Amino acid sequence: MNPSLTSNPPVATPFFFYGLAAIMIIGGILVITRKNAVHSALALITTLLAQAALYLMLYAPFVAGVQIILYAGGIMVLFLFVIMLISIERAEKERQFNKQWLVGIAAAAVLGGLFITVYTTTTKGRVLFPEGRTSYVDMQNTQGIANLLFDQHAGTYMFAFEIASLLLLVAIIGAVVMAKKRI
Amino acid sequence: MHALVQYIESYLSSDKTPGAAGNFFWATVYVLLVFVGLSIAVIAMNWLERKILAHMQVRLGPMRVGPHGLLQPIADALKLLLKEDIIPDGADKVVFWIAPFIVVLAAFTVFVVVPFGPTHAITDMNIGILFMLGVSSLSVLGIVTAGWASNSHYPLIGALRSSAQMVSYEVAMGLAVVSAILMTSLNESKTGTLSMIGIVQAQFDQHEWFLFKFFPLGIIAFGIFAIAMVAETNRAPFDLPEAESELTAGFHTEYSGFRWSLFFLAEYSAMIAVSSIAVTLWIGGWLRPFPNLLQGSTWDLAFSSVPGITFLLLGAICFYNTARMPKHPLFKIQTLGLAGFGAVLALIGLMMFLPPVRERVGDIFWFSAKVAGFMYLYIWYRGTFPRYRFDQLMKVGWKVLLPTGLALLILTAVVGMRAELLAQVKQVFQR
Repeated sequence: MNPSLTSNPPVATPFFFYGLAAIMIIGGILVITRKNAVHSALALITTLLAQAALYLMLYAPFVAGVQIILYAGGIMVLFLFVIMLISIERAEKERQFNKQWLVGIAAAAVLGGLFITVYTTTTKGRVLFPEGRTSYVDMQNTQGIANLLFDQHAGTYMFAFEIASLLLLVAIIGAVVMAKKRI
Repeated sequence: MHALVQYIESYLSSDKTPGAAGNFFWATVYVLLVFVGLSIAVIAMNWLERKILAHMQVRLGPMRVGPHGLLQPIADALKLLLKEDIIPDGADKVVFWIAPFIVVLAAFTVFVVVPFGPTHAITDMNIGILFMLGVSSLSVLGIVTAGWASNSHYPLIGALRSSAQMVSYEVAMGLAVVSAILMTSLNESKTGTLSMIGIVQAQFDQHEWFLFKFFPLGIIAFGIFAIAMVAETNRAPFDLPEAESELTAGFHTEYSGFRWSLFFLAEYSAMIAVSSIAVTLWIGGWLRPFPNLLQGSTWDLAFSSVPGITFLLLGAICFYNTARMPKHPLFKIQTLGLAGFGAVLALIGLMMFLPPVRERVGDIFWFSAKVAGFMYLYIWYRGTFPRYRFDQLMKVGWKVLLPTGLALLILTAVVGMRAELLAQVKQVFQR
């Protein structure tokens, strides 16, 4: 029997990675170059969905699901909700880019340099990003995240998680305080 | 060629879904079957809705096209396909074009994880229920963009209403779903699951549908979901986004022909999708009634003959109505057609008694029957309840369903962990 037909083909092939990365980059460029804000938002949604697919390729289905629910399904709907109320005719006449090419290029160069240094640096003979991982725990992603958060011994991220949610609460309360004159 | 045949045969005795078995051929077959089945279900639903609504209002409903209007959905589909496709002059062409596809894609992609049986699902994901909720929430995007791209007042108001409504009911819906997922963790390993097949399996292992688990907590969670799912699919009594009396047709006012039919298709398949979430989480998915209580080969045989009997009954109804058709020569073709339809149904029913078929279709039948019950409820709501006002809708969503859902979530967790909590309390008192 042909083994290539029966065995599970790997999902994380370079072909899919480059395809998704191309979608993300094109989407990202469209977000900043479109004059129409709704078109920008739609491009951003495409980018976010491609990102969710990248998470799937990293064998992290839970993160991908949360990405779709929170970003593509939740936050972007609220974005569109607000954008639809903006007068598009006026927005089309506004100037789209400000003239800060130099600062922008410098910031991009610094960020790119940072990425390259992080990727190439070796600490104690070990590279930060090894060539490949031995095994992917595909079926245990949800449980793994739960262990990282709530496990009595290995759960180290509980505090950081709670602090981050407190930050969101502060933002919500701030929005209510600023929007309402009399509470 | 031989390898291909072997490859196809290798799946036939598998106890896994084609996605889990990594079988590309059968996965494609399942995708096509689900797509065709869904389209037929939508067509049938179209006819049934008009017929049942009509009978509830003491009317006859469609009677002209085919016997008892049976061919009406096909005539409608033909009319829609032949209609002129209008794009309004001021519309945003690209977004107007994309919007129906977003809605249809979201509504159909969801069915990748719907478990029609332990092996009868396209695939089973670790995040099954999360995937369903996430992808079905993308359909809001389609509705919002459709309303905006039409560049017209009624669609925009409809789209704004629908986005506000769907975003607020998603919260209550999620809370109800989480309380059901908590119940899956009540086993020896204390690990729950998000996989759709795993959830049904947990109900089988615990000898109880989650509807009756921790009475009345399970029923309340189901009630919250049952209300939220009607609001999520924009159906009566929560059909404000397309309220005819106020907004002509809501977000799809400017759509016509094929594009409009895509919205129609998406609405009905979304209804089927949320109903199958409810069936999977609370009503025991593909499990036949009393799978633990009434065990044994006799009961298995009795329950596995129900699908065949159902189809035979449908065939018998067709034959009964054939006998009642007018005897005028003009009705000759219709009478023959109805008799033929009855014969086909009876033949399907007889085929379902064959042992290999009988063993395979049982789970699909019970799942579909439960979903069909929900579909009837949808029609019944539409025939019974008057439309909500928008402030009432928001009040129900945020002030009733959301607090109830939160309380329910905490209560379910407490009741589920009662043994551990009691042990801790005892420890404190012993000190």
